[in-house]
Amino acid sequence: MNWTWFHKWGSPKWFYEMSGRWVFWLALVAAVLLPVGLVWGLAFAPPDYQQGNSFRIIYIHVPTAILAQSCYLLLAVAGVIGLVWKMKLADVALQQAAPIGAWMTFLALLTGAIWGKPTWGSWWVWDARLTSMLILLFLYFGVIALGQAISNRDSAAKACAVLAVVGVVNIPIIKYSVEWWNTLHQPATFKLTERPAMPPEMWLPLLVMVIGFYCFFAAVLLLRMRLEVLRREARSSWVKAEIERQLGGRK
Amino acid sequence: MNPLRKKRLFIVLGILAGVAIAVGLALTALQQNINLFYTPTQIANGEAPQDTRIRAGGMVKEGSVQRSADSLEVRFVVTDYAKDVTIQYHGILPDLFREGQGIVALGKLNAEGVLVADEVLAKHDEKYMPPEVTKALKDSGQLPKEG
Repeated sequence: MNWTWFHKWGSPKWFYEMSGRWVFWLALVAAVLLPVGLVWGLAFAPPDYQQGNSFRIIYIHVPTAILAQSCYLLLAVAGVIGLVWKMKLADVALQQAAPIGAWMTFLALLTGAIWGKPTWGSWWVWDARLTSMLILLFLYFGVIALGQAISNRDSAAKACAVLAVVGVVNIPIIKYSVEWWNTLHQPATFKLTERPAMPPEMWLPLLVMVIGFYCFFAAVLLLRMRLEVLRREARSSWVKAEIERQLGGRK
Repeated sequence: MNPLRKKRLFIVLGILAGVAIAVGLALTALQQNINLFYTPTQIANGEAPQDTRIRAGGMVKEGSVQRSADSLEVRFVVTDYAKDVTIQYHGILPDLFREGQGIVALGKLNAEGVLVADEVLAKHDEKYMPPEVTKALKDSGQLPKEG
């Protein structure tokens, strides 16, 4: 098997050069899709037959919840790469993705609470889905706190990677909590094997929002990673040259 | 992949598998405690404890809701299409509460097996539909008409 595509990621300089191009396109797609999806979902999609207009919060709730879980999977994959291949970039990705994931989880919980009050009659119940999602938030807090508490970069990277990998057990629990136990949260509307329990004029804007959120997440993550790479490699000659170029003689 | 990396990969996967098994066993052991509510069948079989607050969940039976004329007192039957449980509640019901809707009620079972609830939560399903579609389905008889 040819591993060169993989080993390229070991070079912060290569990453910095490539990501510069990707960020622009990702940000552009996000900037188009998010307003389109938001206006489409909030103003033009039909209301639900039972919940009326309050179901429209789905267009924020579902994308943030999907992102919160995808982001944790990314943390775990970065953790494995960091532990096994000792790639510096993996730790950069892990540290920089954790706060974004924490915000996504927080937003999913917040929009869920706002949605729960009118539909269920309660802001919060300790059912399996909500509780496992709260645990996800604490896992993110744990990764962030651990990364900042240990001053030695390598030990911090190792500790965070182990926590990220171990915590990934929570992801299938979140996903299947609504099937394994009786919960107040309803089961998934979208399944890979079945048609969605929702008509296209409702799920199309949702799909737009989900793709938009993914692009937004990727763009923000790359921007944060680029900055962190510059900070960590500050003493290397290519970073000095790059900063020189960016400042453009403004001295 | 060189042998050192392979070894580290197996250690990481081993740790992950160990944690997954431990959590899986713990969750299986806690199965009953994680369930948010008891179904009417479980209550009828005596699986639900008698003198503590429990949650009962199921569908509100069609035509079973009796409201008191001069107070917020309401009685209805919750079913899982196998067994029924009668629920008595005093208070304002959530917007989504209606016959045929899934609900969860929190309260104590009394001597006659009636659940005296102090909180009623509405459960909604994973299906979303525009109102026109619902109307069309009702007109063509594919959905029951509401009373």
